Amino acid sequence: MIEAAVTPELAAEHGLNAEEYQRILAALGRAPTYVELGIFSVMWSEHCSYKSSRAWLRELPTTGAHVLQGPGENAGAIDIGEGLAAVFKIESHNHPSFVEPYQGAATGVGGILRDIFTMGARPIANLDSLRFGAIDHPRTRYLVHGVVAGIGGYGNCIGVPTVGGELYFDPGYNENILVNAFTIGLVRSDRIFRASATGIGNPVIYVGSKTGRDGIHGASLLASAEFGDETEHKRPTVQVGDPFTEKLLLEACLELMERDAIVAIQDMGAAGLTSSSVEMAARGGTGLLLDLDRVPLRETGMTPYEILLSESQERMLIVAKAGAEDVVKDIFAKWDLDACVVGTVTDDRLFRVRFGGREVACLPLEPLADGAPRYERPAAPSAELEAIQLFNQDQVPLPGDYNRTLLGLLDSPNIASRRWVYRQYDQIVRGNTVVLPGSDAAVIRIKGTRKALALSVDCNSRYCLLDPYVGAMSAVVESARNVTCAGATPIGVTDCLNFGNPEKPEVMWQFKEAVHGIRDACVALGVPVVSGNVSFYNETEGRPIPPTPTIAMVGLLDDVSRHMTQWFKGEGDVIVLLGRTREELAGSEYLAQQGVVTGTPPWMDLEVEKQLQAVCLHAIREGWLRSAHDCSEGGLAVALVECCLTGPPQAALGAAVELEGAIRPDALLFGESQSRIVVSLRRQQVSRLRELAHRHEIPFAILGEVRKHRLTIGALIDLSLTEMQQVWETALPRRLGAA
Amino acid sequence: MRWGVVTFPGSLDDHDAIYAIDHILGAVAVALWHKDRDLHQVDCVVLPGGFSYGDYLRCGAMARFSPVMESVAAFAREGGLVLGICNGFQILCEAGLLPGALTRNRDLSFVCDRVHVRVESAASPFTQACTSGEILTLPIKHGEGRYVADEDTLRRLEDGGQVLLRYVDTAGRASEAANPNGSLHNIAGVTNPARNVFGLMPHPEHAVEKLLDGDDGLKIFRSVAAAVASGRGEPLTSVAPGH
Repeated sequence: MIEAAVTPELAAEHGLNAEEYQRILAALGRAPTYVELGIFSVMWSEHCSYKSSRAWLRELPTTGAHVLQGPGENAGAIDIGEGLAAVFKIESHNHPSFVEPYQGAATGVGGILRDIFTMGARPIANLDSLRFGAIDHPRTRYLVHGVVAGIGGYGNCIGVPTVGGELYFDPGYNENILVNAFTIGLVRSDRIFRASATGIGNPVIYVGSKTGRDGIHGASLLASAEFGDETEHKRPTVQVGDPFTEKLLLEACLELMERDAIVAIQDMGAAGLTSSSVEMAARGGTGLLLDLDRVPLRETGMTPYEILLSESQERMLIVAKAGAEDVVKDIFAKWDLDACVVGTVTDDRLFRVRFGGREVACLPLEPLADGAPRYERPAAPSAELEAIQLFNQDQVPLPGDYNRTLLGLLDSPNIASRRWVYRQYDQIVRGNTVVLPGSDAAVIRIKGTRKALALSVDCNSRYCLLDPYVGAMSAVVESARNVTCAGATPIGVTDCLNFGNPEKPEVMWQFKEAVHGIRDACVALGVPVVSGNVSFYNETEGRPIPPTPTIAMVGLLDDVSRHMTQWFKGEGDVIVLLGRTREELAGSEYLAQQGVVTGTPPWMDLEVEKQLQAVCLHAIREGWLRSAHDCSEGGLAVALVECCLTGPPQAALGAAVELEGAIRPDALLFGESQSRIVVSLRRQQVSRLRELAHRHEIPFAILGEVRKHRLTIGALIDLSLTEMQQVWETALPRRLGAA
Repeated sequence: MRWGVVTFPGSLDDHDAIYAIDHILGAVAVALWHKDRDLHQVDCVVLPGGFSYGDYLRCGAMARFSPVMESVAAFAREGGLVLGICNGFQILCEAGLLPGALTRNRDLSFVCDRVHVRVESAASPFTQACTSGEILTLPIKHGEGRYVADEDTLRRLEDGGQVLLRYVDTAGRASEAANPNGSLHNIAGVTNPARNVFGLMPHPEHAVEKLLDGDDGLKIFRSVAAAVASGRGEPLTSVAPGH
């Protein structure tokens, strides 16, 4: 076997800069071998080491009375009572999905599922946050079809329902789409598995699929660098998913975890066998010896470098209790899966690798894991920011025909019905989905209890582009508002921070501001961030994507029968707006449709938001409300349309609404002021709600009442449900092609 | 009564069928394993939804060769009740226990939705708790649910009253718009001539609670329970020709 000579140039090809290479030389006191260079390159990649983000992530609130596991493990865990914990995380698979949309998205789902069941939790629901380029961009249709089919192909086949998500189109993602996948699982809180390799002499067991040459350097080269013209050539770095094998792996792992046989378990995700071994040993303060000759291989002639860096999917690394090897092997044999002892836990704090009877790597663990470089990169706002934030509302002409403007918004790919997408996902398998996609938050009941979880994922990246601090706060509070509207108390956040190249000060500034926004909003709402993922280098040809800190919020309902949905329930119910509408147009979908993306995003007062959510939640729990719906993109008018159209098709209801306010009518209808919720209730409950809102100092306004057939808003809007439904339902399938 | 629910590798709705049987119906659900030929004296075998063996070849094509299917086929030939849901329906067709085949949906994508199906005949152990012409609302979720068969077979199915469920709109019309997958004759579920084997694409086990998707699916389970209680589930002494 001839190995390439290790030089600074070769290190640079591995994504390690000159300074980092010097650091390796200093840590080892010698030059690394080729295999060792490969190990360093993946462990020190941005994707695995969080070297640019760690300094800021420390500021996030990650603790709380109910937090059983914060960031640092495969996923976060929150105590939800009755001896149960919710385990959840969101993760990006952006670059692979752009290069190969079906497999990229599919393996994104597969990866996040493993992060959850590796903690011992049975996955109960998936969400997906998707961002594509302009809908008329030549590549968008292909990417959307591939990504949606990939998510469905994997999620449907493994039997975990996909119950919600988000979908945006913006030219800022033309050459760099975002695919963020979220999974939540349930586990007994005293049976959470972690990934610390302990117990000297314990066997290290490889389970799952065989190792092939797919996905080598997925983490270091694909996820940790910008795209250029050669994107197509990176296709071989994308992994290939096999959901059937993952289903078997899931069942086998959960069955094994019922037994007293294992010490630690970790998914072989990014950087495969290398990162799972190194991270488990580093957490355990031990060492690990791997014998690559025992690793099940899919192809012949694989080198140790390839075996260590392969990102073949559906694999796990287990540290078993000494003597329990046969328990592991028997359970995996039942599920027709490989289980091979490939190593041992050692006491030398080294990561040693043998292949062909000789040692091919011997590295101290400390520099590989905790000793990875950390950067406090320079951060400064872009020179263009001031110009972008300039906005003169008076230059925006008022619409001539408000009906037409509203129909235009309903036709927007960012507002139109998402049914075309979620209809392709199994939303109901495992029989827990109480609220299906199409309301503010999905609601999943927990069998054997009266509890349920509400889930929402949100981010308005246009707000984040205009002001990343306010935009990130808005993402947190909107996701919290969404689960609140479902009747749940927000209990935990997982975040997926998608940004451009962190080596650019303006990107680092966006990142820092966004983290601060998340921090302040989470502190104000009292919700911890328990897991997350950072995805940098989302750029193409030197342009960063709009900053996109995606927030997934988990809420808890103590009584599932008190869950709430967003659509109107009965004719004659009174429609009330909780919250204040300001004259705020900047950042709105209404303006974006006119090509105006300037100004500053809607004002945000965290205390007001908190009180608003308290009012809404209290009213739901008291049983006063019949519907509750967050106002977001498209403003109050679109929120009202959604209240009309999103219920059961036969039961669609209209409304007669009068809006008062001394502000521009377009701001009244289409402005996106934050901290507003549209509710409907029976007339006899109105005074109770008014008093409650008054006590919390939340503006309360009766808008009108639920009617049949039409939506009228003062003298401005008068549309039939059929007309609106036609536009809103067909906007996506019409553009993306019948499928 | 005792229900058996088979788990193949890749079965997904097996848990949901078991939950519907033991938690909602209050009957006994016995988990049957694909490698095990023993049906454990159950009164009705359920082949659940999912992607057995990944369905990488053709839906149900691998599962029909599993050890448990030998026993299920023998059980069916003796008149035992077999209910195939979604992937289970596909397996029954592959195994020759039901006529026809299920192919890719008309518009080539997976579809998860709620559909209306009309009970075409209440004269079967699987629909006897319904009334003929009754419309049920049930969820579907499949990529390959387009029922096809040759003209002769379709005629025999129709003439023999073997089409038990048909996709219809809310007004009960078997229209093209109400057909979610392009099934010929809007067929959603068929039985064999002896009427002891039933396959359907909709998921009755996902429609057993008002809290979730409504409870119309319970009528299918209750029909079977009533049939077994009245002795209809007993293996027949004479088996219809050809089966």
